[in-house]
This record gives sequence, C-alpha cells and structure tokens, in this order.
Amino acid sequence: MFDISHETLVAFSKSWGLFYLMGFFLCVVAYAFWPSNRKRFDRAKTSILDREDKPWK
Amino acid sequence: MPDEGHEMSQGQAHKTLSVPEVTSMVAFAATALLCLYIASGSVDPAYSFHVYLFAAGSIGAIFALGNRYMGRPVTIPQEIDGKPNYNMAPVQFAVVAAVFWGIAGFTVGLIIASQLAWPALNFDLPWINFGRLRPLHTSAVIFAFGGNVLLATSFYVVQKTCRARLAGEIAPWFVILGYNFFIVIAGTGYLLGITQGKEYAEPEWYADLFLTVVWVVYLLVFLATLWKRKEPHIFVANWFYLAFIVTIAVLHLGNNAAIPVSIFSPKSYIVWSGVQDAMFQWWYGHNAVGFFLTAGFLAIMYYFVPKRAERPIYSYRLSIVHFWALIFLYIWAGPHHLHYTALPDWAQTLGMTFSVMLWMPSWGGMINGLMTLSGAWDKLRTDPVLRMMVVSLAFYGMSTFEGPLMSIKAVNSLSHYTDWTIGHVHSGALGWVAYISFGAVYCLVPWLWNRKQLYSNRLVEWHFWVSTLGIVFYISAMWVAGIMQGLMWRAYTALGFLEYSFIETVDAMHPYYVIRAFGGALFVIGSLIMAYNLIMTVRAGEAAEPEATPALVPAE
Repeated sequence: MFDISHETLVAFSKSWGLFYLMGFFLCVVAYAFWPSNRKRFDRAKTSILDREDKPWK
Repeated sequence: MPDEGHEMSQGQAHKTLSVPEVTSMVAFAATALLCLYIASGSVDPAYSFHVYLFAAGSIGAIFALGNRYMGRPVTIPQEIDGKPNYNMAPVQFAVVAAVFWGIAGFTVGLIIASQLAWPALNFDLPWINFGRLRPLHTSAVIFAFGGNVLLATSFYVVQKTCRARLAGEIAPWFVILGYNFFIVIAGTGYLLGITQGKEYAEPEWYADLFLTVVWVVYLLVFLATLWKRKEPHIFVANWFYLAFIVTIAVLHLGNNAAIPVSIFSPKSYIVWSGVQDAMFQWWYGHNAVGFFLTAGFLAIMYYFVPKRAERPIYSYRLSIVHFWALIFLYIWAGPHHLHYTALPDWAQTLGMTFSVMLWMPSWGGMINGLMTLSGAWDKLRTDPVLRMMVVSLAFYGMSTFEGPLMSIKAVNSLSHYTDWTIGHVHSGALGWVAYISFGAVYCLVPWLWNRKQLYSNRLVEWHFWVSTLGIVFYISAMWVAGIMQGLMWRAYTALGFLEYSFIETVDAMHPYYVIRAFGGALFVIGSLIMAYNLIMTVRAGEAAEPEATPALVPAE
C-alpha cells in the first residue's frame, strides 16, 4: 500500500532529488573532461570553420 | 521523412505524386472541410473570421502543393557533386519574415510605450488600447521576430553542421509557413479580443492545437536531419536548438492544457486550478525565457560568433558543461515570479535558489562566447557585425546577473510589479536576443543570397550606435522609474499611513516613460536602417561566386 504524502515527496526530493542532480553533474563533467574525448571535441570545434561554408549555391 | 520520387523506376523517369504530397493534400482538404463546418455553427464573429482564415490557408496549401508538384523535378538529389544540396529556401523565407515581424513588433512596442507616457493615444478604441496591443507587442517580438530567427538559424545551422540536406521537402515549408500562420492568428486574435489571459501564452485552444502540430513537425525535421548527418559528433549548437525545441513543446502542452467550451467557441478553461495554475504559468513563462530566448539564442552564439570571428569556440568542454548545467537549472527557476504569493514558501525559496545558481552557467556561457575572440579582438574595431554580437554577450552577462539578483526575495519585495522588471526584460530582449539576432541576420543574408558582403558596413555602424543609445535610454529610465516606484509604494508616514496614493506614483513615472519611448524610437530607427541595408544587399550587392548551374536534375 502506497502512502505518498506531501512529506514523503519532500523527503524524497530533498535526498534523491539532490543526489541525482549531483550525480548527473558529475557524469557531465566526466564526459566533458574524459581524455579520449578530446580528439572528438577538437574536431567538432574546428569542423565548422575549416570546411566549406561559402554561399550555398 | 518524405523521400520524394523514390517510386520512380530505373531509367524511364516519370513524375508521380509522392506519399507525403498526397497525405498533406488530403489532410489540408479535411481541415478545410472541418473549418467550414465549424464556421457554419460559430456565433462569435472573431472566431468565425479565424476559422475562415484556417479554411483559406488550407485551400491555399493544396494549391501550393499542386503548383510545387508541377514545377519540381522527379527527384531532388541529396548531394550534388559530392556536396550537400542544402535546402535554404525555407531559411530565406524565415529571415525575411523575421525582419518584417521585428520591425512590426518594435513599432507596436513604441506605440504602447507612448500610450503609457500619453494615455490619450489609446483613442478610446478597443482594438488599439494598451491591454490588447501589449500582448501583440510581446508576441510579435518574442514569437514572431525571435521565433523566425530561431527557425531560420536552426534550419541553417543543422544543415551546415551535419553536412546534410534538411530532412523532408514539404515538412520544412509546413513548419515555416505554419508557424507564421499561427502568428497571424494569434496577433489578429489579440486585436479582436480573443485571449486566454495567460502571459506569453495568450492564444486560445485552437491556435495552440495548430501550433502543437507545427512544433511536432519541427522537432521531427530537426531530429531526422541530425539522423542523416555526415559528421560523427553533433555540434554543440544543435544541442541547444534541440533543448529549445523539446522544452518548448513540453511547456506549451503543460500550460495550455485547456478544455474548449465547444468547437464553435474560441473560449476554453484551463484544467489547473488556483495556485497550481499560477505555478504552471510561471514554470512556462520563465522557461520561455530560458529555452526560447536563451537556449535557442545561445545556439546562435555557438555557431555565428566562431564563424564570424573565424576562431573556434574558446572551450568546447565548457560548452558541454554550460549546456547541461543551464538546462538542468533553468527548469526550476520559475517560482521566483510568484514571491510573496499563495505559492508555498519552500517553492518560492527553491525558485530563488535555482535562479541564483543559474548565474554560474550563464556566465560560463558568456565567457565562452567572449573568449572565442581571444587573439582576434582587433576585429571588433573593423567588423560592426561581430561587435554587435559581442555587445549582445555583454548584455547577456549583465541581465543574467541582474536576474538572479532580482529573484532574491528581499530584492524582489522592492522590484516586483515595478518597471525595474520591464527594464530587466528589455536589457535581455533588446541587448541580448535582438542583438545576437541582428548579428546572425547580417551574417545570413549575404550567405543565403550569395553576396560577397553587406551593402554597407557604415549603415551597420549606424544601426549599432543608434540602437545601443536607444537601449541605454530605455533601461536606465526603467531602473530609475522602477526603484522609485517600489520605494514610493512602500513609503509610510509617521502615522503609519501609506505616503503616496497609487495615482501619485503613476504621475511620477511620466518623465521616465517619455525617455523610454524615446529610447524605443531609436531602436525602431535602428531596425529600419538594418532593413534598408539588407534589402540593398540583396538587390545591389556583388555576387560572391558566379551563379552555379541550376542545382536540380532535369526531369526529362
């Protein structure tokens, strides 16, 4: 039997809500700074500049 | 997505209607019939007018589809000579629409600013009184001007960064034309008195329903183009565009969950009640700022600033952290619009806390954009278009500092409901959104119309300085007016009575309202200079490359 009261939700969001946000943030930082991703990002960074982007016709 | 002509046989090519063409024609015909049925039972003249507009639009769409079929080749190639056959005609349309709606929206803003300074300008006419023109102004500048800039740049950037032709042939046109049709329905509705009374979400249920269809198609076109990409990595600007498209869809559905009285009536009632409705409204309202006016325009920053400066983004890693931090924090900031209301205290504090945290990703993004110029700062002196974009980032930094400040409850108790809020919004809207848009449009027009450069850089300089002066007049007048208003409202006499009657505070605003209207007039003049420059670029500019041979394969 579920008993989801206001307090239950608040307790859940104050604990797990916070943890998932922090956990997600750590994953993003890990992804952004993962050494093997450097090449991919460097390529993406310059990809918009070094190839054709003259008038489209 | 539509893949036309795939049914053609090898060798002997003959043209047949494609599946998307047939289904669109049938859908439009059904819509036209439904509209005529609704019009027959409607008793509200304004609503009947809209239903007839929908019917006319649907019939027009059928003719346009037929006309397009007659003119199109059997197949439209995805690539020509190994280069993507970009589909830029819808982008061109959206650029023109953006400039048109921009000038219209700024002008309506000038009119309502003048009405506040001189109320006689309401002329006691219902159609042009402040209450109806104000949503016309906000929708015209945010959704019509800003929206078309976002449609144009997103369709441009996604094609260029994916090195793939836009997915679908009819769908992109449906998105662009359908969106602009929605703008017409919304705008004429306000003037005729049709509104559901939700700020920035005024259009009634039938317009909302139509926009939902347009928006879903927009999302599908964008996703399908990403799916076709020739690049291994999805460039960061596209992430921002995608967040903008997805979140706006969710916000639109949540805040417009309304049940119409009848299909023969424009009136509807929202399913949320009381404070929940208020919370939904400002969850929507603030994330319209966060995802429409910020995420979408940050996408513009991440593509157009590096392109114009001919420098890569300062830090691609920062752009990833920026992206996730921004979208995860923004979605919680809405309750700061409801400080000291019936909204539970903890929700108000939550909104305030997330608003303050939001300062960090905002400035991270601003720094990333500004530092992209490192080593190329001299370009600011010679390239007024780049300068416009850099100043837009400075305004972005300023208003994303001001916003968290104003969301703090103690500050909000002074600033809320005053003109300080209006000043804050306009430093963001004019300084950030409009300037980055102008920068993107100044880049796009020569690229799209195959011109070597803009008609005149001097006119860009004029546009820049005239409108910057306008913004400064606008926001400084509103700061003074807003703080003065807040202080007058909370002033007590020694006996504990309010020191000023409300009308005295209104009267005290007059000089600032005049200055604000003057600033707005300068901004309108600036946009007219831009329009002239762009028209001359297209009409008299020098072609960048000799016109290529027609991009389409003859149909035999």
